Amino acid sequence: MSAPAAQRPTARPGLPRPGTTGLVYLALLAVLLAGAALAAARGQELLTTANTVDLLTRSSLLGLVAIGQTLVILCRSLDLSVGYVMALSSVVGATAMAGQGSRIWLGVAAVVLVAGLVGLANGLIVTRLKVNPFITTLGMGLIIKGYLDTRYKGPAGDVPAEFQLFGYTRIGVVPLSFAVMAAVAVLAVVFLRRTRTGVHMYAVGGDAEVARMSGVRADRPLLAAHVLCAVTAGLAGLLIAARFGTGSTLVYSSGYELESIAAVVLGGTYLLGGRGGVGGTVAGVLVLATLDTVFNVLGVDPFFKDVLRGTVVIAAVALYARRQVDRAATPPRFPPPPLLPPLLHRRTGGRP
Amino acid sequence: MTATGVPGTLRRTGAALAGGGSGTVYALLALVFAVVFAINPSFAQPPSLLAFAQQAAPLVVLAVGQYLVIVAGELDLSVGSLVGAQVVIAARLIDGQESATLPVLLLMVAFGAAVGLVNGLVTTVLKVPSIIATLGMMLVLYGAVRLWTGGAPTGALSEAFRTAGRGDAVELPLLGGVPWALLIAAAAGAAAVALMRAPQGRTLVAVGDNATAAAFSGARVWRVRTLAFVGSGVLATLAAILIGGFAGVTAQVGEGLEFSAITAVVLGGVVLGGGRGTVVAAIGGALAVEALFTLFNQLYLPSTIQPAVQGLIIIAAVAYASRERSRRSPRAPADAGGPEKSPREEV
Repeated sequence: MSAPAAQRPTARPGLPRPGTTGLVYLALLAVLLAGAALAAARGQELLTTANTVDLLTRSSLLGLVAIGQTLVILCRSLDLSVGYVMALSSVVGATAMAGQGSRIWLGVAAVVLVAGLVGLANGLIVTRLKVNPFITTLGMGLIIKGYLDTRYKGPAGDVPAEFQLFGYTRIGVVPLSFAVMAAVAVLAVVFLRRTRTGVHMYAVGGDAEVARMSGVRADRPLLAAHVLCAVTAGLAGLLIAARFGTGSTLVYSSGYELESIAAVVLGGTYLLGGRGGVGGTVAGVLVLATLDTVFNVLGVDPFFKDVLRGTVVIAAVALYARRQVDRAATPPRFPPPPLLPPLLHRRTGGRP
Repeated sequence: MTATGVPGTLRRTGAALAGGGSGTVYALLALVFAVVFAINPSFAQPPSLLAFAQQAAPLVVLAVGQYLVIVAGELDLSVGSLVGAQVVIAARLIDGQESATLPVLLLMVAFGAAVGLVNGLVTTVLKVPSIIATLGMMLVLYGAVRLWTGGAPTGALSEAFRTAGRGDAVELPLLGGVPWALLIAAAAGAAAVALMRAPQGRTLVAVGDNATAAAFSGARVWRVRTLAFVGSGVLATLAAILIGGFAGVTAQVGEGLEFSAITAVVLGGVVLGGGRGTVVAAIGGALAVEALFTLFNQLYLPSTIQPAVQGLIIIAAVAYASRERSRRSPRAPADAGGPEKSPREEV
């Protein structure tokens, strides 16, 4: 929304600064330590087994959504329909499973298909019809909301006990759902670093026109990002279904779309695309989940929690903007041409 | 650069007729009204139309505020919860006493301006993207108001306060009562049109179009954008006064209004990202959104399907508008309108 060219700092070679991702993990550590200290001052313990499980469970749900959101934001797009896709997926999955263990894979396949189609529609509207992604995904969310509210009057479907294990099994203090989220995160990191489409996502997000002139079909990474984002939201919907034992349409009112964007930005991914990564997002998700857990342990008024959360997100993003890490988050390709900025200034500013 | 940015009546008329701008949205509005009239001829009577105007007034005011921010290249997601907060503040502070009405109104305007100022400064000085800054403000306001009232709104609005939202200003012989809300919304709209034609308004559009170029031409970008947010905050307060008067105090008041306002502005052909579109078109967008809701009611659509239709319509409208834009300038859609702009900047 703001002009990146105007605020880009001049090149300062030789100054060692930690990458954005490192910074977010430092912040996570700081939040954990501060939370533990505050809890200890009240004679409580922050990371009890119950609290840790709660923290990790929270992060697995938001994490799945935020990983997909990262891909979309890297491409300089946005997905406001994820909350509605989650609700739709939980209903579709639970209905397709119909309480039978043998139909679990049918349910999972149905969710991946439906969510993928929603993502494909989002992507096609953005790339072919040239509709602003904010409007596209907001409209898509409203369409899904209208369908869900008209078709389902309450919880629908039945999740078999075997699949409910997905929501409740844990290995030590690590819930299975968190392990799944971590696996998806690793896959996403590999995808972004090692595959052609992944690298093209950075290129398209950085500058679609330059990417096009370099021979990248700009539409394809964007389509892929929207499909993958909807599918990870679908997985989050399955997790919700597993936890509730039924499909729940009301998930969409939990505000996951905005919270996932907050997590992505908190993780150091640039909202205007092309810089950042999934590693930072996972840290951003963990920071938000840790804050929630700390507030719970300290018994903070739930309304005050909203106030604090809003302030923390703004403050964190303001801090990043101060030291907007321009190059650290993208793999270095070329050294910045030192002569270009002065030339640009002279050309645009010299006009009488 | 559309109607208000380009001097010359000739070009304005041409732009309006060519479509894509305010002409298109008012054509849509006329079409929706034609369908409503065909279904229910009694809706064409003045009382029904005035009632429609009264109902549409808050969204018109909000759309004007959102337009100021969007045309400057930003976004204000906090207006919905600001409206909610203002109504709750009014109810709690007035608490049914008529004498408290005026001081509380002044306090509300100051509060709205302060919220806008914070949004603006966080966006411009701290360089937080406005979608995050105003999202954070939305959470803060939502939480703070409920924290203050203990979860549910308390107190009551005074009669004088509610007049603006539901009372009639004058009784006309043929038309019936003309609601205050209509006059207030019309005044806000006229003020915005005047502002957009003044140098300040043109600077606002220039900043949204290309902040770097505007800065080189001498505009103080951060101040212009901050003032746009202040305008949005004050207009959201005005909308809160209308909504509070019209519908009274509930815990849910204001929910989702930010997206309705953005829908209205975008439906008017104003481009997210700034620099394109007129305030008249944004007002037309707000009226079209309200007219569509009226149409849904007339068609007896189940209220639950309304969001789906609304979603389809925004996507279709923006797809249509972007088709218009790319046809006019096939080489680089992001640069549409460039040739019209450069002479003005060189002057």
